[in-house]
Amino acid sequence: MSTLTTILIAVAVLVVLATVFGAVLGFASVRFKVEGNPIVEQINDILPQTQCGQCGYPGCKPYAEAIADGDKINKCPPGGESTIQSLADLLGVEPEPLDAEHGAEKDVPTVAYIREDECIGCTKCIQACPVDAILGAAKQMHTVIAEECTGCDLCVEPCPVDCIDMIPVGQDISSWYWQAPTSGVELIASDRRSVGGPA
Amino acid sequence: MLTLSSPHTHGSNSTSKVMLTVILATLPGLLVTTLLFGYGTFINVLLAVATAMATEALVLKLRQRPLGFFLKDNTAALTGVLLGLALPPLAPWWITVLATSFAIVFAKQLYGGIGNNPFNPAMVGYALVLVSFPLHMTTTWAVPMAVDNSAVPGLLDSVAVIFAGASPDAFSGATPLDAYKHMIDSQTSSEVLKNPIFSGWLNGGWEWVNLAYLAGGLVLLWRKIISWHIPVAMLVGLSLCSLLFGWDEDMYAPLSLQLLSGATMLGAFFIATDPVSAATTPRGKLIYGAGIGILLYVIRAHGAYPDAVAFAVLLMNFAAPFIDAYTQPRTYGHKAARRGLIAKSEK
Amino acid sequence: MTHKIHLYDFHGGIHPPENKHQSTQRSIRNAGLPAQLILPLHQHIGAAALAEVQVGERVLKGQRLAHADGKISVPLHAPTSGTISAIEERPVPHASGLTELCIVLTPDGEDQWGEHPSLLQQLKVSDFSDIEPKQLVDFISDMGIAGMGGAGFPTAAKLQTRQYPIHTLILNGAECEPYITADDMLMRERASEVVMGAQILQHILGSQRCLIGIEDNKPEAIEALKTALAEHNQQHLMDLVVVPTKYPSGGEKQLIQLLTGEEVPAGGIPAQIGVVCQNVGTASAIYRAVYQGEPLISRITTVTGDACAEPGNWDTLIGTPVSHLLQLSGYQPQARERVIMGGPMMGFALPHTDLPVVKTSNCLLAPTEQELPPNDIAMACIRCGMCAEACPAELLPQQLYWFSKAEEFNKAEQHNLFDCIECGACSYVCPSHIPLVQYYRFAKGAIREERAAQAKSERAKERFESRLARQEREQAEKEAKRKARAEAAAKAKQAAAEQPPAAAADTPSELDKLNKKLDAAKAAVAKTQEKLDAARADDSQAEKVPALEAALEKTQAKIKDIAKDIAAAKKAAASTTGAADKGDPNSPERLQRKWETAQTRLATAQQRLADAQEQGLDTVAALQAGVDKQQQRVIEAKAAYEASLKGTSPAAATEAAATVDQDALKKKILAQQDRLAKAQERLQMAEADGLDTVPALSKAVSKQQDKLTQLQQQLQQAEGA
Ligand code: SF4
Ligand code: SF4
Ligand code: SF4
Ligand code: SF4
Repeated sequence: MSTLTTILIAVAVLVVLATVFGAVLGFASVRFKVEGNPIVEQINDILPQTQCGQCGYPGCKPYAEAIADGDKINKCPPGGESTIQSLADLLGVEPEPLDAEHGAEKDVPTVAYIREDECIGCTKCIQACPVDAILGAAKQMHTVIAEECTGCDLCVEPCPVDCIDMIPVGQDISSWYWQAPTSGVELIASDRRSVGGPA
Repeated sequence: MLTLSSPHTHGSNSTSKVMLTVILATLPGLLVTTLLFGYGTFINVLLAVATAMATEALVLKLRQRPLGFFLKDNTAALTGVLLGLALPPLAPWWITVLATSFAIVFAKQLYGGIGNNPFNPAMVGYALVLVSFPLHMTTTWAVPMAVDNSAVPGLLDSVAVIFAGASPDAFSGATPLDAYKHMIDSQTSSEVLKNPIFSGWLNGGWEWVNLAYLAGGLVLLWRKIISWHIPVAMLVGLSLCSLLFGWDEDMYAPLSLQLLSGATMLGAFFIATDPVSAATTPRGKLIYGAGIGILLYVIRAHGAYPDAVAFAVLLMNFAAPFIDAYTQPRTYGHKAARRGLIAKSEK
Repeated sequence: MTHKIHLYDFHGGIHPPENKHQSTQRSIRNAGLPAQLILPLHQHIGAAALAEVQVGERVLKGQRLAHADGKISVPLHAPTSGTISAIEERPVPHASGLTELCIVLTPDGEDQWGEHPSLLQQLKVSDFSDIEPKQLVDFISDMGIAGMGGAGFPTAAKLQTRQYPIHTLILNGAECEPYITADDMLMRERASEVVMGAQILQHILGSQRCLIGIEDNKPEAIEALKTALAEHNQQHLMDLVVVPTKYPSGGEKQLIQLLTGEEVPAGGIPAQIGVVCQNVGTASAIYRAVYQGEPLISRITTVTGDACAEPGNWDTLIGTPVSHLLQLSGYQPQARERVIMGGPMMGFALPHTDLPVVKTSNCLLAPTEQELPPNDIAMACIRCGMCAEACPAELLPQQLYWFSKAEEFNKAEQHNLFDCIECGACSYVCPSHIPLVQYYRFAKGAIREERAAQAKSERAKERFESRLARQEREQAEKEAKRKARAEAAAKAKQAAAEQPPAAAADTPSELDKLNKKLDAAKAAVAKTQEKLDAARADDSQAEKVPALEAALEKTQAKIKDIAKDIAAAKKAAASTTGAADKGDPNSPERLQRKWETAQTRLATAQQRLADAQEQGLDTVAALQAGVDKQQQRVIEAKAAYEASLKGTSPAAATEAAATVDQDALKKKILAQQDRLAKAQERLQMAEADGLDTVPALSKAVSKQQDKLTQLQQQLQQAEGA
């Protein structure tokens, strides 16, 4: 009898606790609801928006949709390792190395540059550019708006006279910044001379 | 030409100097302990420092880090000194060696060496041997001179007990906190205090040891090696608890005993202030110190252990990062301080 | 001093050795004319100035060489007379050591001033208080004045505080950095310029008070200022406030806090709390511009450090090479040579000495190695908190360090990384000698870069999407047009289908009409001919002959036309009727006709057979065979017809599918070959460059190869089948 009472009390207490915490949690989830982006948008925000199609999809958004549907996350060369890392973080999966089948990550960012006196004004590059970064009309010289160019290379191939170069984006004073110092231990390993020096 | 980032000048301070100052500031305490309790602690300190340096060197070698650079920073030596001071004076040598090497290998180097350990290494080592060898850790406290002058071990006696496994019984006795805790169950406070361990001014010499550590701690404060927050908060926390909940001397050790016995002062100024594992913001330090004081009281009064600096510090180590996150100071130009950790959605 | 000023304090701060005495032993000397002046177009914060002179042009001292580009920009003037020898990219004094566009001026040694009337002369007034503040601000901008304390923010832009009422002007003479004494010497020797410049500033801002903040380690400057104030400060609007020496009391935010107790809001400007802060050097430059018409073409620069035999302050033309100043100061190159522009706390080390002094260069520090030993190797952070105690911005430098190092930038931002003023106090006190400031600079730079990249990708996304939208719209338009056309065609067809008999009848009736016309015309020709003949025969009707001839010709022409029309109509009729015949021999209609013919033939053959059987002829057997044959034909024809209605016969269909399949495979194989070739090329390139992507690429190549073989096998199978 007394055992039964104990059990009943225990059950009752647990039920009450469960109800209370359930209510609290439910209230919290309503009260502090975070308006989440749909996952496709979140993925799309991480992708570099170069719109180059190297991933095998016609632009970043379609690839984002494909990822949301379970495609691999390592197909975007412009984003490279850091994008893969962020995607892995977002989706809670293991990061994988970049799939070399889709191309390699560029070392330096590039922009397209049209050698304007060679341009015949065929408008082929304009049609290729995914972000409308090329200005010009038929039979007139074309030019690239460097700020808008994502460096996707898509305009290079279609040019019949090969007058488009991809040039590395140079660093100027306004974009330069200090790099992180090499940590003490690495310094010692690489530069023994300074260890022996006066402390 | 050399192009390094500013600033191009630097104060004369250095980590090894800081650590060395802390080691030097323990000397008064070590001296008094040796005078009153014999050579046991002195031997322990030497043994622990030697073990700490050797273990550190070994692990650095294994991790392929430059030896000289890291040994020079004196942090391993400091861990050794603190452990040597904290362990019972007549603990067998292997207890000291085990505690120290565990502290260096597991609590420090495995976390990535100096600066990366979330827990106070010395206290991790101490807790390990306390939990694993409770008998050795409770029966090897030396009887102080004030109680029985003849029972204080000489140098040779200490060496014999520590290294040769001679029985420490002739020299050892319970610590005042331990004695009080056990006797108060069946006796009144005044009866307990008649026990020889409470002879002398307060408790058979332990008060002098604590005062010596307090002096050393004040030196650290004066040299600006530590800030006042943690020791003050810890002592205040301990005192308040003792006054509010432990005022009944027939049940709990009195405040005087709480403050000036056991490892209270060593803990307040030398152990709780270990910067790596403590909270770092000013208000965080206050909370952290007070937490240690309260835990210390709770374990001493209600726990199974007569003294509890190690456990109190380790428990608060867990909380330190959390405390830091919620006690950031208000930055210049901001209306309020930022609180807490970053929610994922905020990025 | 007339008012009692309450002094506040700021958090933290440090007391590094001052080292100011070395350079205050000598009074300000003139650095003279170097062989060449290098004038960067971008010496201030904001947009670079735009050059307006040509290479080879001779310019006079004070002549404008470049004009401001927008509001946050200042013009550039010629520091002396001479010839522009180049306008090109040159290394500029900046921590990066990068180049920027510079005007290179070769002095002619005459130092000949161009026209440079002061603003007072220009406006023909005797006192600046008669000039509109707006006019003064414009003039200050035209004179190329930018903050001379270090940052170089265009002064005029800082004075345009319309939206915020200013109650206090703070003149920054604290000069808290060790070694630097340029402002100290300026205040000692040109105190009245400073005070008069401050009066102009106060007039512009309309502030009630002006506080001149100065550290207590400059007693001579304090004395000089006191004298100047007594002389010029009749209205007692200006107070000299001596603040205790503590680095970085000269930081704008810290000085404001010291003097007013208020804090500049994070991310905001001092004007928001009613304060404008200007450097004493800037005040002096404003005085010179307004009273003497002298643009900002020179400044006082401290050259100091133990590597200089004769440290001191130089009145230096903007653009003077650093090497020139060092040489004047008796510089001895050191073993581990370092020349720092600015002070030891916030300055930056120069990569070489062929760099010019610019408007913000207040100090050149050439220390020996013993004097300022280069940073020791950093040890691990022990979280001692000394940095937090020293930080004037009340940050937690150790946390910022951990976050920056681990590149956890959002956490660093959360800990207010961007409120760090890079004063270096934390690095100075750090017992582990961690280059903290460099970590913060790195983190800030990386965050800014990330933000820029983010903004760019956001824009790219928008542009991409709007392009897609546009393409869709165009597609939709095209589609709509196509549909409209198709509909029209369908309607026409329908119309045609509704009256095919009419159309068929049309052509013959047309033909008939034409034929009738032709007949009528022919009849008319005959008649006319008759008449003509009669007229020719009858002289009385002779005058009618030409008319008749013309009529005849006309009618004949008509006949020709009609004949042509008839031919056309005939052709048209032929084409309508013959359309089916001309088409595919396998077309259903054709096949149907075949079938029908076969049926009629069969019927005839059967008739004949029946007749023969009736008559008991002996041709019955032969006829029977003929009927059978015909029957067979009918069946065949029927089958063909039905198949043609269904499209293709089943056998043909499979065959066609197979070819299509093969074609697709072939195409795929081609594409795959292409891809393989590209992958191989990439691999070769990587191998040639010895890149570490080689294994990955070679894997890719073999993958591609596998795919190719797979495809080829499929093709073989398809062909075999
Ligand atoms: S590969 Fe190109 S198109 Fe695909 S997600 Fe990356 S940037 Fe966008
Ligand atoms: S200009 Fe060329 S490289 Fe740049 S975004 Fe357009 S297509 Fe890509
Ligand atoms: S002063 Fe240096 S070692 Fe101390 S907490 Fe700051 S960064 Fe770490
Ligand atoms: S450099 Fe930044 S973090 Fe360091 S003391 Fe100065 S303001 Fe604080």
